[in-house]
Parts: sequence; C-alpha cells; structure tokens
Amino acid sequence: MSAVEPKVEKILEVQQVKKHFNVGRGQVVQAVDNVSFDVYKGETLGLVGESGCGKSTIGRTIIRLYEATDGNINFKGKMTKDLKGKNLKQFNREMQMIFQDPYASLNPRMTVGDIIAEGLDIHELAKGKERRDKVVELLKTVGLNEEHADRFPHEFSGGQRQRIGIARALAVDPDFIIADEPISALDVSIQAQVVNLMKKLQREKGLTYLFIAHDLSMVKYISDRVGVMYLGNMVELADSQELYDNPLHPYTEALLSAVPIPDPETEKRKERIILKGDVPSPIDPPSGCRFRTRCPKAMGICAQEIPTWQEVRPLHWVSCHLYQEESLKKEEGVK
Amino acid sequence: MDRKNVLEVKDLHVSFHTYNGEVQAVRGVSFEVKNGETVAIVGESGCGKSVTSQSIMRLIPQPPGVIKHGEILFEGNDLTKLPEKKMEEMRGKEIAMIFQDPMTSLNPTMTVGKQIMEGLIKHQKLGKAEARQKALEMLRLVGIPSPDSRINQYPHQFSGGMRQRAMIAIALSCAPKLLIADEPTTALDVTIQAQILHLMNDLKEKMDTSIILITHDLGVVAETADRVVVMYAGKVVETGTVEEIFYKPRHPYTWGLMGSMPRLNLSRDTELSPILGTPPNLLTPPKGCPFASRCEHAMQVCKEHMPETTNSSDSHQVACWLEHPMAKPVDIPHDVVGGVSK
Repeated sequence: MSAVEPKVEKILEVQQVKKHFNVGRGQVVQAVDNVSFDVYKGETLGLVGESGCGKSTIGRTIIRLYEATDGNINFKGKMTKDLKGKNLKQFNREMQMIFQDPYASLNPRMTVGDIIAEGLDIHELAKGKERRDKVVELLKTVGLNEEHADRFPHEFSGGQRQRIGIARALAVDPDFIIADEPISALDVSIQAQVVNLMKKLQREKGLTYLFIAHDLSMVKYISDRVGVMYLGNMVELADSQELYDNPLHPYTEALLSAVPIPDPETEKRKERIILKGDVPSPIDPPSGCRFRTRCPKAMGICAQEIPTWQEVRPLHWVSCHLYQEESLKKEEGVK
Repeated sequence: MDRKNVLEVKDLHVSFHTYNGEVQAVRGVSFEVKNGETVAIVGESGCGKSVTSQSIMRLIPQPPGVIKHGEILFEGNDLTKLPEKKMEEMRGKEIAMIFQDPMTSLNPTMTVGKQIMEGLIKHQKLGKAEARQKALEMLRLVGIPSPDSRINQYPHQFSGGMRQRAMIAIALSCAPKLLIADEPTTALDVTIQAQILHLMNDLKEKMDTSIILITHDLGVVAETADRVVVMYAGKVVETGTVEEIFYKPRHPYTWGLMGSMPRLNLSRDTELSPILGTPPNLLTPPKGCPFASRCEHAMQVCKEHMPETTNSSDSHQVACWLEHPMAKPVDIPHDVVGGVSK
C-alpha cells in the first residue's frame, strides 16, 4: 500500500479555518478553530470525533453552506470564498454533499426523479428525454430501477433513500463528495450495502470523498487517511492503518480503546481507557490544549500553551505537547 | 451453572392493528433470562426486539397493540395476566427499564432528585428525607460529580451522558431483579458509551441484577453479554452464549450480521459482505422462514415451512433448515467467524 508516498495532486486545501457562531449575549461558539488539512485527488479522507467536535461544521464550511470566520479554503487551486457567478456555479457542481438523515434531506413533495434531476435542471445539463435517461441511468447506478423515478420519498426505506441521496449527488458529475454521516441512520446490514456502493463509485468515477462519521471501524475501513477532531481542533491526522496501529494523541488512544470490538475474546482482554467527565463547552474552551481537562497524560504546560500542529513522523500529524521536544524541555524547567 | 430463571418468555405473539391491517411484530418468541446474567437481544430495526421488551413491561399501548398469545413468566408469575394495579407494583420495583433517549424519557418539569425519589417513596415506602439520602447515594453510585447540587437540577441542565446516568440511577434505585436496557448507549458518543457500559457491568456485579440488553451494535454485545438472542422479522432465529454466536454462528442471518460489520483488522481492499435486499413486510409475513428471500443458501423448503428450532449444544439453538440432516452441509463463510483477531 502507498502508505508513505504522498499522492501528488491536492484537490482541496483547508488552511487555518475558523468557524465561530455568535449565539447572542456576546457569547461565541468556537465550533471550528484553526483547522488545516489537505485532501488529495481520488482519496477518501475520514473525519472522526464525538458530537460537537466540529466535524460536520468543517464539512459544511468547505461546501460553503457556512461562511468561514477566518482562514482559506482552496478547491482545485482557487479560493472558494472569492468564487462568483459562473465560477461559483461550477464549484457548486463539482462539489456535492450526502447528508446524514435520509428522511429529512429529500423533499417529500417531489418525485424521486425530480429530486435527482434538480441538479441537471439548475446546471442545464440535460432536458427532455435525455434528462429522463440520465435519471434512469443514475437510479441503476445506485441499485434502484426505472419505476422508482415516479415515486415519492416516503415510499422508500432508509437505505433506499440514502441511495437516492447518492444518485442526486452524482447527477451533476462531481469530483468531490462530502458525506456527512451517510450511514449512521441505517441498519448494519444496510450500512454495508451503502458503503460498498460508495467504494464502487469511487473506483469507477475517480471520486474524492470527505467521509465524516463517528463510527471508527467503518471510517477506518473506507478511508485512506483519517483525521481526529476534538472540540473544534484537529488533534491527529495520519494514514488510517498507521493511526489505528500507532495512535499518538491521548484522545485518539482513548477513542480507539472505547470502540467495542465485535469479538468477545478481545473484549475480555482489552484494557479500556475510560475518559473522565464530558466534553467542555465550545463557548468557553479550556486554555492551552483543549483536551487537557480530560487527558490522562496532561502536564503543566498543557494549560498554558496551545500545542502546535506538527508532522512528528512522515505524514503523521499530531497536535500534542507530548511530542514536542521544546514543550517537554519547558515542562522539565517548570519542575 | 445452576441459576434460576428470573424471566421466561414463552411463545410470545404481539400484533398491532393498523389501518393497513394487522402488523405481526412478534411471532412466537421464546427465551429465558437467568439470575445475574446479561442477555443481549440483537437484530435490525423492525425485528421486534423493542416490542418484546415493552411487552415484558406491559408498555405496549393497547389498542392498537395486543398480546395475542404466549406467557411472560417473571419468577413464575405470568405478567400477561396480571391486573394493571399489580403490574404497577412490579414496574420500577422488580423490573426496571432504561430507554434509548434520555432527553425524552426523563420528565423535564421535575428535578432529577425528585424523579429518583418518586420510586423510592412509592415502592419502598421511604420517608422524604430517607429517600433523598438514598437518591444522593444513587447519584454518587452512578458517578455524577457533586451530587449535592445536581440533585436539585433539571434534566436540561445535564449532558447526554449524565442524563443516561441519572436514568440508570432511577432504574436501579429500588434494586430491581431485572433491568431492561433498550439501546442504552445508541444516542451517546463512544467515550461516553464506554463509561456507561462500564458502569452497567459494575452495577450488575454489585447488585446481582439480570439485564436484558437490546442493541444492534455487535461490539456492545461482545463487550457486555453472557448470552445472545438473535431476532429477525419477529422471530428468534438463533440463541447461544456470546462465544457460540461470535465464533460458531449457525444461522445465515447471523453470518450476514457479522459479515456486514467492518472489523478494525479488515483491509480496505476486501469488500464487506452485506445482506442483500430488505426485511419482509410484517403485514403479510412469509409462510416459511422469513429470511429465505435474502438468504443465499435458501432451499425450496425454506420458502414454504418455518424451520423447527434445534439444539446445536445445550445452550445453542438455531431455527434453520440447514440444520436438518437431509440438508446439504454449508460451510460458515470464513470472513464471518467472530472477529478472529487471533
């Protein structure tokens, strides 16, 4: 596997992106704070973390459902926030999204055919018979058939709806798909169907995925690289095998150890790291490293300084004082 | 192990009358729960696992629901025949339940302390002051920090994990003999899930409670269960110890469930083996084995007759025609057999 060789072409660059929400009374939720990463063409980048870590916010900021408070996002070398007119329309075509809730994300008053073809209409890609043919082709691609085009979303099961959502995203021939928890609402046996479909489409169409989820075993299975987020920060990013074999950040370690493995023998032997307490509020995050209040390895310096985002091994990025020599020296000095 | 059965469910049938007709949600379910053991009921949405558990608590709204047939024996008493007054005494005291969504199952207008005290005052006839002491003790037991101030707070002031802890405190306050946990961690994040499962295992040992754990997460099953009941389309298709189910599964549906899950050691190049198709509609359940239409080993007989339940060991029962001596032997797909990280 090409674990160490970087794939050449960057399709997306996220640089120091912040997304803050003003929630009134002068309070600001720092949903995403200084997150940077790249996505290479044709890969799947997984983003994991618990609720409130900002993984969905970053996805929505990338596709411009939210406007970034600060920082730059480059898609195919262009700054997305400067896009206007024709370029913006093209961007909207090239980047698509699949949503978590297959019940809420399809308009109940539109037929499935019209839902799928909405993008074709907006971008004026096909009309009349051609439009119908395209819809049928898309339905077949995702494992549904022609007669489904005239039905309404409520006639479909969750797994089928998610397939409709995928067909809608594919309709405009995108290069980049953001999948925000696409399988969390589905049953296990149906999850596998949808994931196999997404992998097949990636192989056939050379798609790039940003796969956002909280199910770590599924993320590892589908992703080439995985980023771990905590309370608005990216804490670790590495090749997925490397991340699961050698997690560096204490949060990643705890998160991996908390995943129940479907194997009773392993479960009996496993030493579980149980984190104390809850995730702090993103309105008033802890000083220094945001994880320090729950970190079993926290040191004095963690409260004072924000750890820097460093590549500590080839292509393995982490933001933790434990891996920063200067920080360790300072810590010695304090003692 | 000679343990007494706390609960025996025998040939339970539950239906719901809807405008479209009768939905046969549970169609002849039998299993038992022994003293101090954790039994996991697994299966996909709509397989009848929640309806089964709600029938035990008699929480099925009647109408439209109706327990058509069967017995639910709790320490020898048939719960289906108990008058509502008697059942009220059972709930909370002998059998308690934890629900999936702690936000909608706690009363938003009552303080958490009051909600714990309610059961204590009603069932254990404690005075207010005593009940408060006991409530504080329970909050401490489930690991809620600074219980003295938390006891006077409302559910909305608690985080998701803390609400689930509060619900466990309510459920366990009267030391029930049986705890039914319906997807207790599904709404929680993994690190919080780990805390809650750890707590439940811990309390089970301390209080010797039997637990029925309803879940679709096989990881959670592997971590907590002693025995497993696999349900599909309103029927039990396989039961066994957790080792038997994970290492020697015999029903093709169980194989399908195992094969659908990515294991942490699965390489990215291997395909998952999902179960094709969707479960049958229980308005018109199939005559034969309900899994036949999705089963790659289905034979003619499967479509016409429901298989008998056969014993593959003392603790392991399967309802599948492949168990029949006349059936062609089928090897368990190798990618399925239990986690195997050995």
